Amino acid sequence: MMDESLDSQMTISMGPQHPSTHGVLRLELVLDGEVVVKAKPDIGYLHTGMEKLFEYKKYQQGIVITDRMDYLNPLGNNLAYVMAAEKLLQIEIPPRAQIIRVLMCELQRIASHMVWLGTHALDIGAMSPFFFCFRQREKILNLIEAASGGRMTPSYFRIGGLMMDLPAGFERRVKQFLEDFPAAMDQFETLVSGNTIWQSRTKEIGYISKEDAIDWGLTGPCLRGSGVELDLRRHDPYTGYETYDFEIPVENDGDVWARFRVRMRELYESAKIVRQALERLKPGPTKADAPKVVLPDRDDMRKHMDSLIHHFLIVAEGFNVPEGEVYMPIEASKGELGVYMKSNGGPKPERVHFRGPSFVNLSALPDMSEGELIADVVAIIGSLDIVLGEIDR
Amino acid sequence: MSTDFAREAIEKLRSENESWITDVKDALGEFTATVPASAIVEVCEKLKNEHGFDLLADLCGCDRGPEEDPRFEVNYHLFSTVHYNRVRLKVLLSEDSPNVETVTTVWKTANWHERETYDLVGVIFDGHPDLRRILLPSDFDGHALRKDYPLRGYEPYSLT
Repeated sequence: MMDESLDSQMTISMGPQHPSTHGVLRLELVLDGEVVVKAKPDIGYLHTGMEKLFEYKKYQQGIVITDRMDYLNPLGNNLAYVMAAEKLLQIEIPPRAQIIRVLMCELQRIASHMVWLGTHALDIGAMSPFFFCFRQREKILNLIEAASGGRMTPSYFRIGGLMMDLPAGFERRVKQFLEDFPAAMDQFETLVSGNTIWQSRTKEIGYISKEDAIDWGLTGPCLRGSGVELDLRRHDPYTGYETYDFEIPVENDGDVWARFRVRMRELYESAKIVRQALERLKPGPTKADAPKVVLPDRDDMRKHMDSLIHHFLIVAEGFNVPEGEVYMPIEASKGELGVYMKSNGGPKPERVHFRGPSFVNLSALPDMSEGELIADVVAIIGSLDIVLGEIDR
Repeated sequence: MSTDFAREAIEKLRSENESWITDVKDALGEFTATVPASAIVEVCEKLKNEHGFDLLADLCGCDRGPEEDPRFEVNYHLFSTVHYNRVRLKVLLSEDSPNVETVTTVWKTANWHERETYDLVGVIFDGHPDLRRILLPSDFDGHALRKDYPLRGYEPYSLT
């Protein structure tokens, strides 16, 4: 009896309630001893029908839904959504709004990577980096809260610009954060990167080749960890990213360690972009000159009749978007976040589809984890940096 | 982004075989080619192997409404990691036969995208290795993103 059970393969279910699956993900693992023979992800536990909901909401109402997809990178989701609508409407955004968008998105990227680093380390068994990471993230969430009023659900970007301008003293607070950040990074490099246990847990694990990575549609740090230099901020630029000076970190090993290094190096680049954006920040309008689309300022509404009428019409009836379809990709913290938006001329979109980077990156998990030890599956999931809210939508 | 490479590639395909591309559209800085359902695999293979469109960025279905014919469309968003160009391929499908050949033979990433499209829109991808529902439960009735599917759903998953 004993011998028989030792010979045969075993199927176990990892999740849906498992701390290292970063949400409600179920993995069906066929094991031979400790080696994974077959892995089958099972998703959909968090499906809330957001894409259906978009079709019943006016364009500006859809922004708050996007916050709840990738909840670690809500400003990135906002950006992709509003830029798709702006592309259909063909609205030009004033320079100050563009710069603030870049600034906020890069801060959000740092915050998202902080959660990734903390939880990735926690999964593998290093507990203290988690607290240090969340301390840094907290500072950024405070900044986002100061600008938008929301910490996890900012909805700060609106179609045609921003919700409102940055509050007084915001630049000083960002500068303070940037001053403290290098010391925090040094701490992470010592605690995590320089740790030999960490290195032996991550090196030569979860390998994926350059060709396979493209074939599986990987994007973002996962693709760059396999030696492909592709960053949409450089190669398909939006919101003026082409004018910023930053490097694209690329590692050639294609394993968990390589993906880890790419994200760590990206953190420095993001801080560099934030610094440049701060330098460029000049006073100016933060909303596009499109009265039929952009909500007027409160002050305007009290003084001008036409502003009041526009405000009423936008809130009550929405605005019509010309017929057409666009696919708007951005480089989110996890990879290419694409929004496919189709309009049939009315105030509500006909179809909104989100191409979530986590969704696509997770589909490559069986390819990476088959043949590895079961304990390493945890490390591989961490290196993919998935958010189930975006996968299930 | 320029669409020069996309346009060139589609023109080349068109000169190779007239029936592969039925319509092209260049709007809002994006290049769209309509491809008949029977030719999609061949066109994708050619674009991938000969023209450098090696990354399938996205694949999504869309229901235009029950009164439209053809009712469904499937959009393939291709990206080239060599030329940094994008092209959209569009396949139109009627309600009676929402079938199109799978492109999982060309890109592995198409697997989950096609499952999602099948799940939510009800397009059937012939030859797909594992065409099951992915986001909704396996006993779910109907396809949620169809226009005639009510927002609050039917029993037993109804929200009313």
